[in-house]
Amino acid sequence: MSDKIRSVDPATIEMLEKVGDMSTMFSRAEEMKPCTFGSEGSCCRVCGMGPCRLGGKSKEGREKTGVCGATIHTVAARNLARAVAAGASAHSDHGRSVAMTFLAAAKGEAPGYGIKDEAKLMTVAGYFGVQTEGKTVQEIAVAVGEAALGQYGKQEGTPMAYVHRATEKRQQIWEDLEVYPRGFDREVVQLMHQTHAGVDQDAEHILMSSVRCAMADGWGGSMMATDLQDIMFGTPKPLRSEANLGILKQKDVNIILHGHEPLLSEKIVDIATDPEMIEYAKSKGAEGITLGGICCTGNEVLMRRGVGPAGNVLQQELAIATGVVDAMIVDVQCVFQGIVEASKKYHTKVITTNERAKITGAEHIQFEEHNAIETAKTIVKAAIDNFANRKGEVFIPDHKKPMIAGYSHEYIKYMLGGKFRASFRPLNDAIISGRIQGAVAIVGCNNPRTTHDDSHRFLVEELIKRDILVVMTGCAAQGAAKAGYMTPETMEMAGPGLKEICETIGIAPVLHLGSCVDNSRVLTVLTEVVREGGLGEDISDLPAVGIAPEWYSEKALTIALYCVASGADVIFGGVQAPYRGSSEMMRLTTEGFKEKFGATFEFLPTKEEILEATLNKIQAKRKALGIDTQKERVLFDMDMRRELNV
Amino acid sequence: MSKIIATLAIRGAHETVNLAEQKIKEAVDAKGPNEAVAFPNTGYFLPVIYGLTGEKIEKVSDMERVLKIAKDLLPEEPSQDLWLPYLGNTLDAGIATLFGAEMIMALRYIGIGEPPVNDLYLGAADDVIMRARGVEFVDGSAPGFAAVVGAAPTTEQAVALARELQQKSLYTFMAGSTNGICMADQLAEAGVELGWDTRLVPFDPHVYGQIYSIGFATRAAMSFGGVQPGDYERILRYNKNRVFAFVVALGEVDPIKYAAAAGAINYGFPTIADTDIPQILPTGVCTYEHVVSNVPVENIIQKSIEVRGLKIKIDKIPIPVAYGAAFEGERIRKDDLFAEFGGSKSEAFELLRMRDMDEVEDNKIELVGIDLKDMQEKKAYPLAILVDVAGRKMQKDFEPILERQIHHLINGAEGVMHVSQRDVVWMRVGKKAVDKGFKLTDIGKILHTKIMNEFPAIVDKVQVTLITDNDKVHELIEVARKEYHERDERVGGLTDDNVDTFYSCTLCQSFAPTHVCIITPQRLGLCGAYNWLDGKASYEINPTGPNQPILKGETLDAENGEWSGINEFLSGASNGAVPRLYAYSMMQNPMTSCGCFEAIVAHLPLMDEETGMIYSGFMIVNRDYAGGTPFGMGFSTMAGLVGGGMQNPGMAGIGKYFLGSPKFLSADGGFARVVWMPSELKEQLRGILEAQAERSGDPDLLDKIADETNAMTMDEVLAFIKPKNHPVLSMDMLG
Repeated sequence: MSDKIRSVDPATIEMLEKVGDMSTMFSRAEEMKPCTFGSEGSCCRVCGMGPCRLGGKSKEGREKTGVCGATIHTVAARNLARAVAAGASAHSDHGRSVAMTFLAAAKGEAPGYGIKDEAKLMTVAGYFGVQTEGKTVQEIAVAVGEAALGQYGKQEGTPMAYVHRATEKRQQIWEDLEVYPRGFDREVVQLMHQTHAGVDQDAEHILMSSVRCAMADGWGGSMMATDLQDIMFGTPKPLRSEANLGILKQKDVNIILHGHEPLLSEKIVDIATDPEMIEYAKSKGAEGITLGGICCTGNEVLMRRGVGPAGNVLQQELAIATGVVDAMIVDVQCVFQGIVEASKKYHTKVITTNERAKITGAEHIQFEEHNAIETAKTIVKAAIDNFANRKGEVFIPDHKKPMIAGYSHEYIKYMLGGKFRASFRPLNDAIISGRIQGAVAIVGCNNPRTTHDDSHRFLVEELIKRDILVVMTGCAAQGAAKAGYMTPETMEMAGPGLKEICETIGIAPVLHLGSCVDNSRVLTVLTEVVREGGLGEDISDLPAVGIAPEWYSEKALTIALYCVASGADVIFGGVQAPYRGSSEMMRLTTEGFKEKFGATFEFLPTKEEILEATLNKIQAKRKALGIDTQKERVLFDMDMRRELNV
Repeated sequence: MSKIIATLAIRGAHETVNLAEQKIKEAVDAKGPNEAVAFPNTGYFLPVIYGLTGEKIEKVSDMERVLKIAKDLLPEEPSQDLWLPYLGNTLDAGIATLFGAEMIMALRYIGIGEPPVNDLYLGAADDVIMRARGVEFVDGSAPGFAAVVGAAPTTEQAVALARELQQKSLYTFMAGSTNGICMADQLAEAGVELGWDTRLVPFDPHVYGQIYSIGFATRAAMSFGGVQPGDYERILRYNKNRVFAFVVALGEVDPIKYAAAAGAINYGFPTIADTDIPQILPTGVCTYEHVVSNVPVENIIQKSIEVRGLKIKIDKIPIPVAYGAAFEGERIRKDDLFAEFGGSKSEAFELLRMRDMDEVEDNKIELVGIDLKDMQEKKAYPLAILVDVAGRKMQKDFEPILERQIHHLINGAEGVMHVSQRDVVWMRVGKKAVDKGFKLTDIGKILHTKIMNEFPAIVDKVQVTLITDNDKVHELIEVARKEYHERDERVGGLTDDNVDTFYSCTLCQSFAPTHVCIITPQRLGLCGAYNWLDGKASYEINPTGPNQPILKGETLDAENGEWSGINEFLSGASNGAVPRLYAYSMMQNPMTSCGCFEAIVAHLPLMDEETGMIYSGFMIVNRDYAGGTPFGMGFSTMAGLVGGGMQNPGMAGIGKYFLGSPKFLSADGGFARVVWMPSELKEQLRGILEAQAERSGDPDLLDKIADETNAMTMDEVLAFIKPKNHPVLSMDMLG
């Protein structure tokens, strides 16, 4: 073990002590040094003439190029492009599964699924231009499902439907830069084509094509996934839960839901809370059934059902090591092969369920949307039946914290004005008055190459102290929840202005917005804040920053690109830019993006630097908006009232 | 902190909705589910419920539906720890409280609970009051209202509070008590004149009576803003941005008061309290703070105005009595009378004349004859008020406009009553005013200050001469009469044909955003307040203001009253929604209407069952008339069909005096088509209507027009006019 502090999360620290020399992501990260060339993006392995390792100069003093002559800039851009295509594919293929299930449900071919939020269906129908008048809910749902799926194979060359949800100004920027996405599959395929050997060999052009592909996710697949999930499973509203491994119960059957999709896990929640199944668990000697989430499947069932997050991505092996997890049900993304090895020491059944993701050594039970309830029953039963097989030393760290989750953008609007006066006005007012200095989205993953949860906690504490509202998604959100920061009582840690707002609304200064596809909710909130008025004309005018301080996945890179393209400054921490071998790419993503999109994509090595940069950006935006100083109160006479919109 | 407010407001909402449920049960048991329930004389049912949900409550059983809506809105109280967000919930609880309160108060009108009206308390405002008073909110003469809940610590403080509100021209709506005493009780005890006329309105001793304030505001949005019932977003936004109201909470605030305040916050009406309750200072639902507390009673109105974001201009007039629009409605009765002038008891007149600059000495106020202190109590004296004005942009045409201001300008002084104008003027000065040192020269000060302030663009100098000398008045009254006559001749000579410019009027666009009036010499604005000369003067006074000159352009159709310039202007101003206007027709391309019209003309097709003939009659109903009409609905309901800035053939809002114009719907057949109007309107306008009848060639026409005493259905109208050979019987059918 090195000197590096592995985690600041007490449950993780205790579990790592318990597992001793068992192989975990933490130990393997220490054993496996990252490849220098790969980590800088200067290794090209797109053809059989290489792989070529670039960087540095040749003996003759020339910049090294690949065998084909590709410069380090082309290579770094290509590597980023392929990562972005993969990241976008992950989110948006998730969105596709959701759309397919949605359509099947609309057609009545997926028993157990239906429409829970009709109002949102009508809103979404509007986005797709689906006529609603004189149609039944089912007819509208079918049309919406078809339109959503249609976004994947769209060939016309016109913008994807959701692009029009952005501000006018932003849409114009996208049009001018030709980065509006035309169809999801097309953007991914084209990007893969462009990055084949001997095709696109202009770093800037490759980068902008990557942006377009990311846009197809952010303003396409991801956003649709969020919307359709909300319609099917209910739009989240605040609920109470608890976070960390301490939620597991020794005497219960414990089932962990891990991965990213709510399609199956929603049904598992239905079945596991069914009295019949609880009786069955009791018949097998358990006291009940406890569900816990990990990663974004965990966030999905947290947001809508209140299932407690047992941990974030780095805790998946450790959950198994408690010895009380009777089944870990996994679907897609961030499910690491290491869990199968870990499960061998204990009794945990790892059950893969998605056609896209099988793991050698795990049991596979295929999830079919038309047979979801039966699949869920089979899986829950398998977990219960495994209760009797527990072996190995049981240890549940006594750490869990209460939390509030469930902030959809719809609810945020509601909570600011109730059913009759719902609007973002109070939030805008709070920012303009300086009670809230700005908003920061802390999102993304954990990475064993940085101290687990450390940056998340640090940034939350330091930002709210300075009157900056924090919204969170993904594993970052779980990290803050485990620290107890997602309780309204946390307002005591906030600065006086933010605290006053929290008191007025009854919220914590740190809001859980959901899973990583729900970063689309952040885009929607920012757009609505702009539309509400008083804070500029575009997202790039807002005192708002996105931070992924412990990122690891390709999806994070995709999110970063669509956020920057939307006008939000993005800062990544921990592991540095995977294209830093190219000075040109570093310039294009900072100065270049600033010029094009009014926002930058930066990597900063320490949490302190991230904090400082964030604060500077927010203050600069406030100054540009002219809200850095208090304005005199405007009193309205009759003529001025006539100017007000009614 | 806000959580305490949320907790108590939500508790109060539950109490209110539970009480409403109990009262509805009582009503069902006592009266049956089909018992009709309504506030008196309104076309808006229970207006808050109707406005926010579109639900029409007509009978007791209708309340069950709204009770369910209210219950669905009721949230749980926030928990001690790990609470869920409560602001949205609290605001919803506020709405539930309003629904509950409105049903509770409506049921009192059918005998469930306390009687809603007594010697002191007025109960719900009917539509006649709402329209008459609502117009003051439209034109800005009432900048807003204070909903006062509870009682001031002392009676003296209550009186001071009321006077301050009056001086600022704000309406005071009182409902809700502290320890069983309401501010209205305190004012009554001190002998302050209460009622709509003095803008001190006692609704009810219970805080639920504030539902009448909210109902007033809700109706204003529907009536003047053209907002459709059920469009809650616009109703509330309209109130936030137009109706500058606020809640003044005096004394202890209990859960029900908190709940009602939460309801008011939805409307953008903040609460300002004199007790030490928690505050909600962040802004956004209201324009500024939501709850501000611990404000001493002495400062509470000033603070309230600031919190609501209201700018009120008060002219400091150096006179010894209070001054403000709220005093205009004051009556001086015999007991309070010190001296009076005119009103057929003595000779009196007032005359405003344009003079050359060097003929007027600014701020010279002269009294010829004795002043009040030398007069005997309760006696009548002669009086002349001569106002001489000069200004580089003053015109002879503006004389009558400025002269007409004298009435309300003098009336604004506390303890002075002024009625009518010219040589039929009647003025009374009360004892209290004289006790405070009021002199006749103070009238000069009022006129000088106000005319200079309100008409700076056309008036540079004002000089006032007051005469109480009998001989002088007698001599000058003849001069004045000659002036009046010349003036009338001059104005009477103005026709649509002999001017090349009309005026637009968007004065009420603050309240009715889509409507534009076209004012011609022969068709005054539909609010009745602005004629062509007013438009002209207003443009001079404020060239970028609500009245803009429009060149008529080419006459496209003289009979219908269509001009190219007017069409172009309207088309642009309405974004193409109103491409053509026939100024003289109601049946084709008619003028649009806001909500401020004085009267409605409606096409009343009368079918003769025997012959199968259909006659196209017109009926008129004026705003002050509270009863039904042969159209099958009263003014309020009809107003809902007319307003909203849309062209609506077959109905039109008009100024009453348009009935006397030769151009009154002349393209449709004119006044000869009128078959029904309320008797009071006929009497009020008898002089000009007789001239109109004469002009139409049927001098007895007025007697052939039915009214509410003889015809309340179309059949009855026909039965009334047929034997009288009404001219409509020989006219073509329309449309």
